[in-house]
Amino acid sequence: MKRRINVWSNIDWLTVVLYLFLVFLGWINIYSAVYNEEHQSIFDFSQRYGKQMIWIVAAFVIAILITIIDSNFYSFFAYFLHFVILFLLVVVTLFGTEIHGSRAWLEFGNVRFQPAEFAKITTALALARYLSSHNVSMNRLKTYLWLGAIILVPMAIILLQNDAGSALVFVAFVLVLYRQGLPLGVLLFGVYVVALFILALILEKLFVIFGTVALALIVLWVLNKRFRYVWVAAVIMLASGGLFYGAKQLFDLNIPIYFMILGALVFSSIFYIILSYWYKVPRVMILLLLLFGSIGLTYSVDHVFNNFLETHQQKRINQLLGLESDPLGAGYNVNQSKIAIGSGRLTGKGFLNGTQTKFDFVPEQSTDFIFCTIGEEWGFVGSLVLISLFIMLLLRLLFLAERQRSIFSRIYGYGLISVLLFHFAINIGMTIGLVPVIGIPLPFISYGGSSLWAFTIMLFIFLRLDVSRLKVLR
Amino acid sequence: MALDTYAVRRNIIAFIILLIAVIFLVKLFMIQVVSSDYTPKATSNVIRRITQYPARGLIYDRDGELLVYNQAAYDIMVNPQHLEAFDTTEFCRILNIERSYLNKKLKEAKAYSRYKPSIFLKLVSSETYARLQEKMYKFPGFFVQPRTVRKYQYADAAHVLGYVGEVSDKLVDTTSYYKSGDYVGISGMEKSYESVLRGKKGVKVYLVDVHNRIKGSYSNGRYDKKAEVGTNLISSLDMDLQRYGEKLMKNKIGSIVAIEPSSGEILSLVSSPGYDPGLLVGRQRTKNYRKLQKDTLEPLFNRGLMARYPPGSTFKVMNALIGRQEGVLYPGTTYECHGGFYAGNFHMGCHNHPSPVDMIESIQVSCNNYYAHVFKRIMQDSDYESISKAFTNWKDHLQNFGLGDKLNIDLPSEVGGFLPSVDYYNRYYGENRWRYLNVVSLAIGQGELGITPVQMANLTSAIANRGHYYTPHIVKRIEGEKQIDERFRTPHHTGVDSAYFEEVIEGMDLAVNGQAGSGSTARTARVDSITVCGKTGTAENPHGKDHSIFIAFAPKDDPQIALAVYIENGGYGATWAAPTAKLMIEKYLKGSIDVQWWEDYVTGANLIKQKEEDEEED
Ligand SMILES: [Zn+2]
Repeated sequence: MKRRINVWSNIDWLTVVLYLFLVFLGWINIYSAVYNEEHQSIFDFSQRYGKQMIWIVAAFVIAILITIIDSNFYSFFAYFLHFVILFLLVVVTLFGTEIHGSRAWLEFGNVRFQPAEFAKITTALALARYLSSHNVSMNRLKTYLWLGAIILVPMAIILLQNDAGSALVFVAFVLVLYRQGLPLGVLLFGVYVVALFILALILEKLFVIFGTVALALIVLWVLNKRFRYVWVAAVIMLASGGLFYGAKQLFDLNIPIYFMILGALVFSSIFYIILSYWYKVPRVMILLLLLFGSIGLTYSVDHVFNNFLETHQQKRINQLLGLESDPLGAGYNVNQSKIAIGSGRLTGKGFLNGTQTKFDFVPEQSTDFIFCTIGEEWGFVGSLVLISLFIMLLLRLLFLAERQRSIFSRIYGYGLISVLLFHFAINIGMTIGLVPVIGIPLPFISYGGSSLWAFTIMLFIFLRLDVSRLKVLR
Repeated sequence: MALDTYAVRRNIIAFIILLIAVIFLVKLFMIQVVSSDYTPKATSNVIRRITQYPARGLIYDRDGELLVYNQAAYDIMVNPQHLEAFDTTEFCRILNIERSYLNKKLKEAKAYSRYKPSIFLKLVSSETYARLQEKMYKFPGFFVQPRTVRKYQYADAAHVLGYVGEVSDKLVDTTSYYKSGDYVGISGMEKSYESVLRGKKGVKVYLVDVHNRIKGSYSNGRYDKKAEVGTNLISSLDMDLQRYGEKLMKNKIGSIVAIEPSSGEILSLVSSPGYDPGLLVGRQRTKNYRKLQKDTLEPLFNRGLMARYPPGSTFKVMNALIGRQEGVLYPGTTYECHGGFYAGNFHMGCHNHPSPVDMIESIQVSCNNYYAHVFKRIMQDSDYESISKAFTNWKDHLQNFGLGDKLNIDLPSEVGGFLPSVDYYNRYYGENRWRYLNVVSLAIGQGELGITPVQMANLTSAIANRGHYYTPHIVKRIEGEKQIDERFRTPHHTGVDSAYFEEVIEGMDLAVNGQAGSGSTARTARVDSITVCGKTGTAENPHGKDHSIFIAFAPKDDPQIALAVYIENGGYGATWAAPTAKLMIEKYLKGSIDVQWWEDYVTGANLIKQKEEDEEED
């Protein structure tokens, strides 16, 4: 008995209160989003707010159960749980129910269950378990292979379920790795690749190639602090460029400009390799590899974009990048979402008075686009309150994570923060047109049992670990 | 790498969290507080203003008989975004349309807008609508918008009643009332009384959801405006008489205009050939209109108001009245007539009649010679220093009778007549280089004269009134208003003394009711027990057989009806126009025809066919 009392007095009540606030806010906005005159009773279980009420009560029960369970349970069973979920993911991919084009749901009678939501928890657990083991170093390739296996396997299966949004969430775990000492270079490289991908979509390929060449020269200078290497390289490049151009004009060759530049680049690179070998200029090979890798990526962007992305995903990205404008097509959702939020003005239209969300102008107004209801009915003030609550929660969790003595607990805490932050950033970002439309819920707020339960479980496991922080020294 | 410790990394993560929050709040501040673009967009999203079309005013005849009313019709609308696969064969069968029409219209609708409804099929009947309504659930994306169309009790009086059609783009641009797709009166009373008949459009403001489904009234109807029903009109038309006139004019080209002299109310306005006003309603309107437009007999041409004819001998009464008023003619003035008027080489023929004749007899027998002399006297009147002055004075008299300029009746498309001016002859002959002999054909209503049937009927009305007329009008009463426009209640005086009218009327009486063998020219217009006063006319027509003309009023002492009858290529006035006028008078005053033979005589004549045959012989 003594231990249970300990749990309740040591649990971080501030986090619990923030959690309750968010869940409550979520429920009243779901009520408002699906409210209509015929169904006014809050206990009408045919309506979404009625169902959500059940999910919430169940979530509270789950939270209590989790808090009662011994804290060692989670690290001990971390791998096991992860395997169970991976197994369920495979099952669901093969036999699941398809909803909105994603085969991501298991159905038991009336209850639907989305294993992908829970894969985040077990991935965080498994990640914490692995990174907290003794012989892990962030400087070894083996480590990355294991990490890749833990994170990328569920991600890949979920991608196969055609649920790109949920799959993308696993990218968030990079933040955990960063906290655990992922070299900055690796992170920067990742950012570089993403930036290159986007730039290659927006800009003319030629500019991107010139840009990467310029970047390579700058990096060469930064790494070696010798300006001479840079201008020699530049002169060689310009000279071979002129040579190729002259040849083209002289022999009246009909070569596309891309190939000409590429040819000049290859030619000057070979020349420079020989030269650098001769003068012992360091790190040239790596840099050239990077350069040609970048150029290769630039050219493959179109291929990836056209062949690996679905048409609606392409459209959403084009829309966001301003390459395509179709306010009634792919941009419809975002446009309507912005209209709903924007029409809320400073103080909003008032509870139940939103017209845009209520009359279905905003799609998915109780799930992915629940923020529109808040923005429309509560205005900028409501937005400010909601965002503040999330930021307080995230910073509080950051504080809690950092005070853990157990590496497992801390890493798990960061896993939780990463996933929450990702959901928060992408979900609200998409409703106000800052990121492409990726269908992921707003934690604790959006309608849906799987999502609410998963976030509740994930949060309360961490709170449970936090209660025991003084006990464990690992 | 001292800068890259775990503590720094924790702080960077905290910084990222805060940065995201700041970015969101800035963006939200921009769209929620700074920008004011979104509120109107939200409003236009959910607010639908649905125009409420009032029922158009009804039109009755002078006896209260309903002539024009409204009938429900339905526009089939389509909203492309809600379309789903459907049984096109069944759909086409129900609406009785071709598949190609379906495909074409769907393509047009999608091209117009994927999200806004557009008209798929206009004005289908209630029966079709009922058939479709049962199956409507099978055709998502289609819905029905109620409308009203005009319905006509009779297939007559199209030129008077007019028709209603979709408003032109020009009218939409130049007025604030009409919106594209509205209906508006295009001709006849529908046009001239449009503002009375149309009522006032209302609007209902609804909240709609994304599927355009109405979710309720906006602000409890605070911004709704009720439609006001159009005002009913009581026309001055006597529909029985009108229909009888159209029956008499069948297979003839021409016009009958009948006026009640004491009020100026138009009793009937027949233009032949006419058309069934029901043809210009609903979906077949455009097709039928094109057909009518192509018809060489020009059924759309309102001859009663738009055709200009020379008045022929009917004009002699005008010259008699002017001559009397100017003091150049007396009842006792006599002229001998030996087959016409001779002046040097000039000769104007006359038909065989007793001679000599005085003024009254000259009207009775319609002597050309007599009026050549009267006209000579008017033109050479010593009161005027030149023929120009005398001519201008003569013309002023004519204008006082409503000839020349438009009468400004309350029907659209009326045109003015043509009266030659002094300038006209000065240009033609040279200034002061012409004399009465150059224009003497005006004496007998030939030459450069153009008078519309309504002007002719009005002139007859002025004679019947012994000196004044009221501007002819087609509206007797506007429901809810005490009186019609003042301009229809103000008499116009002709400036000729009423005593002179009595003399002329005496001649007109004799022309109709004179003894057999006395040379009376209009005995075919006689009606038992009613004194009809009339004057025949025969207008030379350069394009074919003469036009048959007759003006008359009756009864002589208490005129109830004054009318002008024009029958193109009908020959002598007495042949067709006079019996037609007689039948009209009898019908109006007695309600029935005494001698059926006359009616059969007129209705049995097919002058159109005869004209075609004559032309073939030529
Ligand atoms: Zn004579």
